[in-house]
Amino acid sequence: MDVQARILKVLQKVTGKEISPGADDSLFVSGLLDSFALTDFVSGLEEEFGVSVPDSDLSARKFDTIGKVEAYLAAKT
Amino acid sequence: MAFLRAFGCWLPPRRVNNEEVAPLVDATPEWILEVSGIEERRYAADSDTVHSIGLLAAQNCLQNAGVTAAELGMILVASGSSDRFCPGPASQIAAGLGLASTPVLDIPVASCGSLIGLALAAQLAPSVGRVLVVGAEIMSRRISLKPADKNSAILFGDGAGAALVDPEIGFARIADFCLFTDGTSSEILYVRDGQFVMDGAAVIMHASRKMPRAINELLTRNRIGVAQVEEFLLHQANLNLITRVASALKAPRGRFFANIAKYGNTSSASLLIAAEEWHRGQTAPLAGPLVFCAFGAGLNWGALLAVPV
Repeated sequence: MDVQARILKVLQKVTGKEISPGADDSLFVSGLLDSFALTDFVSGLEEEFGVSVPDSDLSARKFDTIGKVEAYLAAKT
Repeated sequence: MAFLRAFGCWLPPRRVNNEEVAPLVDATPEWILEVSGIEERRYAADSDTVHSIGLLAAQNCLQNAGVTAAELGMILVASGSSDRFCPGPASQIAAGLGLASTPVLDIPVASCGSLIGLALAAQLAPSVGRVLVVGAEIMSRRISLKPADKNSAILFGDGAGAALVDPEIGFARIADFCLFTDGTSSEILYVRDGQFVMDGAAVIMHASRKMPRAINELLTRNRIGVAQVEEFLLHQANLNLITRVASALKAPRGRFFANIAKYGNTSSASLLIAAEEWHRGQTAPLAGPLVFCAFGAGLNWGALLAVPV
């Protein structure tokens, strides 16, 4: 499974919806994620990809689109 | 040693419900309740000031303790919404209590200020005597009731709380505390030009992690299990956040006192207002540990442990 598919898997688990937003679609502004779901999304990414997101990276801007998440994870690994 | 002896509070009589706020911020009452757990909040009158409402909470606390102002060794006042920066409200509250030489200290920290005050009081009480901690906020003057600011506008309310920390007697002994500050994220929550600015998503993300972490650290080093804690008293920031912290700690939600539905987020006052209401409702002596926890601008956060005497 490629990275985008794994990110989508986490997103679908958090939202409980079979959604497939585009790489640049805002997850937050669109209402797919609220503040609390975003927190769960980040925790899910940590678990799925075995990375640790430091508190200093806790910004909605870093996790607002699938594309941004993918770039963030690429920089972490 | 230092003990929690009494709490007090004062809330403005004007109730502002979601039906009143919702149309001003282009939201619905149901949405406000869903995202915050808030049903109504109190707004201060134009004639109220941070120090005037703080004074009323202070007097209520002293009355509950059966202690006179002259018996105080020090007063600490937390507020992030004070009308005047320097001098802050502490000296005026002392003056209002009829004190002309008792030392006071302002803690200009929103949300976490009263927790910092309790921690400082625990350290100071053995040397200076009884310490009165006050948290007073008029947040309604730091928000804009308009759609662009709805995420913060719906949350905040006004009020004041107080606690008396006594070096000799009380219903619980302050056993330990932990305080933290992370200025690298100070831009997500601050006051600019007299108005509160908040990156709500970032605040929730930080608080969801930092509050359980602080509580776990405090309990672990005191060899106390989460299940042993009788009550968790948290800064009343958002009911969903309180639920989130309970879930992260794997603790029953029912052990987390919440009165945010009635008062909204009163910033640094909320912890002491919650403590006063919780304590007033107790019919039996404290049987287990009590944990306080707060998070807010700074970022500042921490937890405090009190145990039965």
